[in-house]
Amino acid sequence: MTFFFEVLIGGLLSGVMYSLVALGFVLIYKASGVFNFAQGALVFMAALTFVGLTEMGLGFAMALAVTLVVMIAGALLTERLVLRKLVNQPQITLFMATIGLTFFIEGLTQLVWGSQPRGLDLGIPDQPIEWVLDRAGIVVSQFELFAAGVAAVMVAALALFFQKTRIGRGLRAVADDHQAAQSIGIPLHLIWAYVWAAAGFVALVAGLLWGARNGVQFALTFTALKALPVLILGGFESVPGAIIGGLIIGAVEKLAEVYVGPMVGGGIEGWVAYVIALLFLLVRPEGLFGEKHIDRV
Amino acid sequence: MSTAAAPAAPILSVNNIEVIYDHVILVLKGVSLEVAEGRIVALLGANGAGKSTTLKAISNLLAAERGDVTKGTIEFKGRRVDKLTPNQLVRMGVCQVMEGRHCFQHLTVEENLLTGAFTRRISRAELRADLERVYHYFPRLKQRRTSQSGYTSGGEQQMTAIGRALMAKPTTILLDEPSMGLAPQIVEEIFGIVRDLNAKERVSFLLAEQNTMIALRYANYGYILENGRVVMDGDAGELANNEDVKEFYLGLSTAGRKSFRDVKHYRRRKRWLA
Ligand SMILES: Nc1ncnc2c1ncn2[C@@H]1O[C@H](COP(=O)(O)OP(=O)(O)OP(=O)(O)O)[C@@H](O)[C@H]1O
Ligand SMILES: [Mg+2]
Repeated sequence: MTFFFEVLIGGLLSGVMYSLVALGFVLIYKASGVFNFAQGALVFMAALTFVGLTEMGLGFAMALAVTLVVMIAGALLTERLVLRKLVNQPQITLFMATIGLTFFIEGLTQLVWGSQPRGLDLGIPDQPIEWVLDRAGIVVSQFELFAAGVAAVMVAALALFFQKTRIGRGLRAVADDHQAAQSIGIPLHLIWAYVWAAAGFVALVAGLLWGARNGVQFALTFTALKALPVLILGGFESVPGAIIGGLIIGAVEKLAEVYVGPMVGGGIEGWVAYVIALLFLLVRPEGLFGEKHIDRV
Repeated sequence: MSTAAAPAAPILSVNNIEVIYDHVILVLKGVSLEVAEGRIVALLGANGAGKSTTLKAISNLLAAERGDVTKGTIEFKGRRVDKLTPNQLVRMGVCQVMEGRHCFQHLTVEENLLTGAFTRRISRAELRADLERVYHYFPRLKQRRTSQSGYTSGGEQQMTAIGRALMAKPTTILLDEPSMGLAPQIVEEIFGIVRDLNAKERVSFLLAEQNTMIALRYANYGYILENGRVVMDGDAGELANNEDVKEFYLGLSTAGRKSFRDVKHYRRRKRWLA
């Protein structure tokens, strides 16, 4: 039984990091209806930029600050130069634009910082917490707990921002009905700029956490694709959905690997999430927390 | 225009505008109209006449529907406004309440109202005071303030939409089909409030309506739109008594009201077709 909990907790903690990437998608999808394929590339860009800056000799705080500025500037430029021009175009056009953007960001990032894989050390060891190990006999990674804590703080901050601030309200208004939002003077591009900047920030945090865990390399962009099953599970428009979806995918993935894997010869961790998502899609296509479309006349 | 007193200066004037959708569909073929300060002006006409298009042209909401003003000018307080963004226009004091209400369904009634103040950077206290002002006109909204807007009644949604616009402190409201789909009693209530706002807050209204009868009862002046052209305009009272208007828009003719049987027959057929 302790082993079961160990696997479960490990799964949940890594699931939090899926949630974080999924959150980046949700933010942009909610506000502009764009499925931003480039979110994974943003995660990669953030991690690589941070590592590159530290290699140049910048301290942790400085590198973090500069990367944040780069991410936000990049997000604003994207909104200004790409999305604003494509406003009122069909969704598929915008989706294609974000695919193009993905390759551009990946290419540019590697051009600037080189493409060899690198390590990233946040100073938190990936070791069991002894206190828990002694009391309960369960292995809980310090790093994963830290990552989960950071993600939780981010999520709480975002939720508060959505609920309580003028911009947050404007953002939810745009998500609900962008024409009505315009009719009362909410400028769409301002809201989009905020959302892209927030998504850039989320990508930065996710990039640092993932990078510290798996190394900073091109494969980070694929890790980000794990957000897809999370989104299918949680619903594309739901912040809580992204969080719960991430936890479920993280936990099920690990449990399946440990308990089902041996029966079929192992190695199912990589794709079991997509199978779950597919099954889920057949039963509840709007996701666990997909916004109910209120129909009343 | 009106002969009574000195005619008030127009706060809003639309001069011979032409609107094209999708680069090919010509919908407005030279529409001109004026709204005098502090008045309620009705814009009347049948389905598809171009009422909503005219309002959206004024508030610059056409772009989202791939519509474009290709000719003519629009002036507000003597300034050209046809190249402004909706945001700039709201800040100048023009706000539109769209046809079909368009409340933010997942926001509460009060949050909906608060979004209306987005363009104004004001203190919490001022915001509170403005909310109370709206609740004063729409006491019902105060009762429902924490309900999700999508679950409130049609009348309450219409009130929310008007209240939301009021939160922007506009001097002119473009109000599109407030009566749509509402019970006659609620329609009277809403028009009553419009009249109140006009009298007490000096808000001018440009009011698009299919419901000619009620619109002319509350408006000072009216324009009748047909196929993208203004075919008639005049004081509300004159229009209401005009034989053609009676015949075409009020469903009355010199021979008296259309028989109830005809109306029923028409309804039944429509249902079959739908
Ligand atoms: N986005 C659009 N693209 C193409 N044509 C449009 C568009 N919106 C409206 N039209 C056309 O423009 C004409 C005028 O429409 P509009 O909505 O302005 O009429 P209306 O007077 O408001 O009618 P209603 O009383 O039904 O609201 C109609 O023929 C309509 O089909
Ligand atoms: Mg209309």
